[in-house]
Parts: sequence; structure tokens; C-alpha cells
Amino acid sequence: MGIAETYSRGRRLATQNPVGVVVAATAVVLTLDLLGALATGGVAVSRVGRLVWDGLMRGLVIGLAGIGLSMTYSILGFANFAHGDYTTSGAFAGWAATYLLAGLGRADVGSLLLVGAGGSVFGAQLGIGVVATPLAVLAGLLTAGAAAVVLALAVDRVVFRPLRGESGIALLITSIGVAFALRNLLQFVFGPARRGTTDAGAVPDVEIPLADGAVTVGAHDITLLVVASGLMLGVHALLQRTKLGKAMRAMSDNRDLARVTGIPTERVVTATWVIGAALTGAAGYVLVLWKGTMTFNDGWLLLLLIFAAVILGGIGSIYGAIVGGLVIGLTASLAAVWIPASFARAAAFVVMIVVLLVRPTGIFGGRSTA
Amino acid sequence: MSTTSGLVGRIADADLTYVLAMLAGVYALYLAAGLALGFDARGLLNSVAVVTFYVAVFAMLALALNLHWGYTGLFNIGVVGFMAVGIYTMALVSKPVLGSGGSAAQVGGLGLPIWVGMIAGMAAAALLGLVVALPALRLRADYLAIVTIAMSEIVRFTLLSRTFQSFGLFGRTVGLGGGSGLILDFQSPLAALVGTLGLEGAYAGLVGLVGTVVAQNPRAVVDQFVYGLLLLVFVAGFYWLLKRAGESPFGRVLKAIREDEQVAGALGKDTDRFKIKSFMLGCALMGLVGVLWFMPQGAITPNTYRPRLTFFVWIALIIGGAGSNTGSVLGGGVFAALLFQGPLYFKNLVDRAVDISNAPGSFGPAVAPLLGAGDPVPFLLYTVDSVRQLQLVLMGVVLIVLMHRRPEGLLGHREETAATVPLTRRVAGEDDEPESQATAADGGQR
Repeated sequence: MGIAETYSRGRRLATQNPVGVVVAATAVVLTLDLLGALATGGVAVSRVGRLVWDGLMRGLVIGLAGIGLSMTYSILGFANFAHGDYTTSGAFAGWAATYLLAGLGRADVGSLLLVGAGGSVFGAQLGIGVVATPLAVLAGLLTAGAAAVVLALAVDRVVFRPLRGESGIALLITSIGVAFALRNLLQFVFGPARRGTTDAGAVPDVEIPLADGAVTVGAHDITLLVVASGLMLGVHALLQRTKLGKAMRAMSDNRDLARVTGIPTERVVTATWVIGAALTGAAGYVLVLWKGTMTFNDGWLLLLLIFAAVILGGIGSIYGAIVGGLVIGLTASLAAVWIPASFARAAAFVVMIVVLLVRPTGIFGGRSTA
Repeated sequence: MSTTSGLVGRIADADLTYVLAMLAGVYALYLAAGLALGFDARGLLNSVAVVTFYVAVFAMLALALNLHWGYTGLFNIGVVGFMAVGIYTMALVSKPVLGSGGSAAQVGGLGLPIWVGMIAGMAAAALLGLVVALPALRLRADYLAIVTIAMSEIVRFTLLSRTFQSFGLFGRTVGLGGGSGLILDFQSPLAALVGTLGLEGAYAGLVGLVGTVVAQNPRAVVDQFVYGLLLLVFVAGFYWLLKRAGESPFGRVLKAIREDEQVAGALGKDTDRFKIKSFMLGCALMGLVGVLWFMPQGAITPNTYRPRLTFFVWIALIIGGAGSNTGSVLGGGVFAALLFQGPLYFKNLVDRAVDISNAPGSFGPAVAPLLGAGDPVPFLLYTVDSVRQLQLVLMGVVLIVLMHRRPEGLLGHREETAATVPLTRRVAGEDDEPESQATAADGGQR
């Protein structure tokens, strides 16, 4: 009786949601394959450990930047293609501040403010690192968030506010224009070259032994972990404790109804931009701190992964964005176990496309904004 | 009946006038710029040929995208992926077999004729369109957008990867060349066409004629010029095809889907089928443009096919106006001439007037004299020297301004008459006359 019931339930599930079953089966096969390879020594445990750690770091950055994208997506109703360039802009502003504080008196102010454009000054030469120059890094982090907020509010005032109420597609196309203009202005000012920003050799790290090797955890990894999780908890608290979260949920459900009930919609929109941009600017800053290099299209290259994370988690849900970010980061990193590393990003996109097909509302779908 | 054809003729004439006026304007501008730059006959011919080429490719791309977005409402931002698939498939099929001839190419092809490769490229692009469309068409427009752009990046990663750098196919060693790209070592497509048509003699005569004005190597100039004109013929072909498709019952269903998919479905149309067909046709055309654009370039590398190329096509379509074929051609032309090629000409013009070779290499040295001594010259030089970046800034700003001021573009969403009878000048007495006429008038567009 029990077996027959289970069987018929399984059959119903398979016929109703064939794609879901295939996805689940694939996930099981891949997991078994990985476990088998680990057991037989085909894949070193420490390598998987390193990939997981790397994926976690990437995932935190993607999740942190994704919160803002997810919030504006649900409240203003459009996919903001300029979001990645907000990340880059914040990062450049923050690093200008860090360079200035770390290098004042050792190089001319112009070169420092331009983050060493044209190879005039290098991060390693200034000895930048979270341990060596903690104040400069902290100031840079705050500046990055603040600059991204100012930029997002300015762009919203000039570009997006006049289009409030237009279709999401019109806004999407406009945001592509913003992305084009911002990214190339950054290149115009800061130059096209990829530059080293930290004194990577001098950053302390510890080797955590793991079965057949070790996973290296550096001070910048810890910084990223602390900053990202701290900001995520902060946003969680903010949206839970204040009425802002409720107002945002109301707005993303129905703008007109929200206004009728007395919610100051424009103020909520401003708050959304402020929170989202601050997080994305900080994400850009810690990403550069962690990687140790930066260039003008870092954020643009990250954007599609951020979209993947947001769609995966369900648009409008900040927890969805965080979880989605971790899934995407881990996928892009761990994919290298099975497929050539050049397809790692492709694997993350494939995961996103599959989620869109199986569950278009995302993992946390239906539960929007906190 | 004669009034109908007269009406249609008038509209077509007006559209043709727009396009010809655009072309004439572009040529006048470029010839004037060329004369100002002091080009000789060769330079003038060359600049006109180059601008013709870009006007034609962007017009074709905008036309194909218009089928997706303007007619069917499919938000495709993966255009460049279909172009890349088109040219890479064409290269795979038409490149000579490895080891034949004295080519330095690392990988070979199947060695089939060029036209086979072109058809294969279109088919491959259409097939990729099907693969994307089957699952994705049920999604919202913004999700489809993200899926298509992710797809175009997956295509680029595949082309870049070392895994497919070289592999065996039908006993031949072929490949995608990886990051270093492919050398297109097949016969020049133009020479192949001229040969097939048996016009070598006439072509040699033309080269000789041009040789009287252009002293050195007139053949290169003539080749470029003739190829540009050939592309204009392709534009006309695209236009004809899409106009026919748009006015057919098929096209009317597409427009119905664009306006309200549920209504079209309620009227018994299998909207998914129509969307897939429209998507595949557009993708095949994008694949063909990929072939036509990059076939004469000699070599291709994967990083040419970045999403920015897709956005170029979108800007062209939005300038012209989504939903209008004529608008798409105009938009493609205006974009290519003013935004894509124009800034480079402007730089050359400035370079001619003042020497910009000593422009500062980065922003710092450019802006320091301005702030310090109030000397704007280094900054202006740097600005002109960075025209390649600033041109993209300009494109972004143009896109924003268009979406603010004129989202319908030059000729977007014109009422296109779907009726077979003239709908204008209805006299009151005629109103209750033939019932069928009114039905015909409503049955079309709305």
C-alpha cells in the first residue's frame, strides 16, 4: 500500500514537472560523481575546499550587490542594467579615497585620486592592505558606499524619475544607455588598464589544513566575509524593525494602492536607491580589495551573474538575492571540477536559465523584500 | 482597385524617398568631410564605400531586430550571439580543408563552397534561435532579455574556450580557433560571386576604369565599393522580405501578439508557434548579417562579439523607431553614419587641423594644466584622442534622450493599413453599403 502510494505520487510528480525531475536527477548524479571522485582520490579534497571558499567569496559579493538590484527591480519594476556600473563607480571612488589616505605625501594628489591612472602610482608601492592601512581601507569602504548612493540618486533624478510609470522595458532600455555612458566615462577618466590595488604579497594569511592539502584564507577574505555578512544583517534588521520594509512590500505589490494608503512612494523609492546603492558600492570596493586588481568593466562583467543570482532567489527578496548569490558564486567556482574552467561563468548562466524554466518566481518567490 | 495600388504606391514612394534622402545626406556629409580632410579620389571613394558598408549592415540588423521587437514584441538582447554563430558556422563549413593550399591557418574547415557556408550559417543561427525560443518564449519580456544576453555570452565563452579550439568532423580537422580566432582563408566572396556570374571581364574593365583616377591598387577600392553596393541590395532584399512577411496574415498575427498576446490566443492563434517562427526567421537573418559583415574581414576573434554590438543594433532600432521597417533602415543608416563612424571622422578632421599626436596619455596630465594654469588645450586634445570611449558615452546619452523625448523614434509604430480597401475619405452615404468592407478593415490590424 505504502509503496504503491509512493510510486503513484512519484509518477504524478514526474508527469507534472518533467523538467524539475530532470534537474533533480542531474543534481543527484553530479553530487554522487563528486563524492565518488573524492573517495577515490580523483579530485583532491583540498582543491574542492579551495573552490568552495573561492565560490563563497564571490557569492557574498554577488549577493551583496544583488540586494540593491533586487530591490529596485521589484519596487520600480525594471531590470537596471546600470547596476553593475554603480558597483564599479563606487569602487573607483572608494579606492581613490584609500589611495589618497594611504599615499598622501608619497605621491601627487592627482595620481592618487585617479587611482594611479596611466601607471603613475601602484597599490603595492603604497603598501595598501587591510592590516597595513586599516583606516584607509575603512574610509575607502565608506566612500565607496556614499559615492554610489550619490550617483544612484543623481541618475534617478535626471534619468529615471521622468520615466516613472513607463513600462519596465522602456526603463530597461534607458538603463542600458546609462550603463554605456557611465562605463565609458569611467574609462575616460581612470583609463582602460587593469591595475593592482593592494600589496598582495604583504597580506597575512593562514593555511587551514584539509585532508590532503590546505585552504589558504587571507586577511582580505576575512574582511570580505565580515563586511558582507555585517551589511546583510544590517539590512535585514533595518527592513524588519522599521516600517520601511513594509512600505516597500506594499509598493512592489501595488504602487497606486500603496500611495492611496498614505505611503510616501517617492520617499520609499529614494530609500530603496540609497540602501541598494550603498550595498552595491561597498560590494564593488570589497571585491577589488579581495581580488587585488580593478578595471573599468569589473561591474559590467559581474552584472549578469548578479542578475542570475537575483532571478534565482526571486525578484524582490533580499534573502533570495543573498542565497542566489551564494548559489551562483559556488556554481561558477565548483563547475571547474566537472567542466573546463572557461565554461565556469556559462555554467552559472545555465543554472539561471534552468531556474527560470522550472520556477520562474525563484527560490524565494512570492515573498518580496524582507 | 486602382486607387488602392495608387495609395500603396504613394506610401512606398514616400518611404523610398526617406531612405534615398538619408543615403544622399550621409554621402554628402562624408564627401564634404573627405574634401575638408583633403582626401584624394581614392580616399573619397574609400570613405563612401566604408560608410555604405556600415549603413547597410546596421540597416539589416535593425530590420531583423525589428521583426523580433517591433513586430512580435520579443525583447532579444542576444543579437551578437546569433551573428557569431552565423559567421563561425560559415567559416567552419567554407574554410578550405586543413593542409590544402599554403595557408597559415591552424585549423581547417570542410572546404565547401561559400554559398553553402552562408546557408549553413543562417540555419545554425535559426537553430540556436529555436533552442533559445522553445523554453524562453513563455517568459516575461525582461526575463527573455536576460536569457538572450546570457546565451550570447555563453556563445562567446564557447568560442573562446580551448575545448573547441580544434576537433574532428566528418574526418576533417576543424575548430573554432579559441581565443586567437580563425583565419578566413577561403576565396574572397566577391571574387567568387563575380566568377560564378562570369563577369570577370566586366569587373576587370571596371577596375581599369577606376584605375584612371586611382593610381595605386584600384582593385581594393573597387572591391570595397562593390561589396558595399552588394550589401545595399541585401538591405533591399531584407526590406522586401520583412515587408511581405509583415503584411501577410502571418505578420498580422505577429502584430496582434505584440499588442495583446492573450487576445491573439483567444482568437485561436497558436501564439507560441508564431513567436517561435518569427524568432527563428529573425535569428537566421542576424546570422546572415554576421556572415556578410565579417566574411570579407580576413580573420575573426571571439571578443568581437561582445554584448555592446547588440546594444549598437538596439540604438539603431530605437533611433529609427520600432515597428517600422523603413524606420529601421533609417535608424541603421543614421546610427552607422553619425554615431558609429562619425566620431572617428571628427577625430581625423581635428587631427588634420591640429596635431594631436602629443595628446596626454591619461586623464591626470590632461586635466592638471586646466586646473593649474587654466590651459584647456591638453584636456581638449585628450578628449579628441579618447573619441572611441566618448563615442560610446555619446551613444548612451543619445539612447537616454531618445527614451525621454521620442521613444517612438523617427517613424515608430506607424499605423500600417492592413485592409485591402482604402480607409480614408469615407463618405457618410457609403457607410451602410457593403458589410464585407467593414469586416475586412477590422480583421487586419486590431
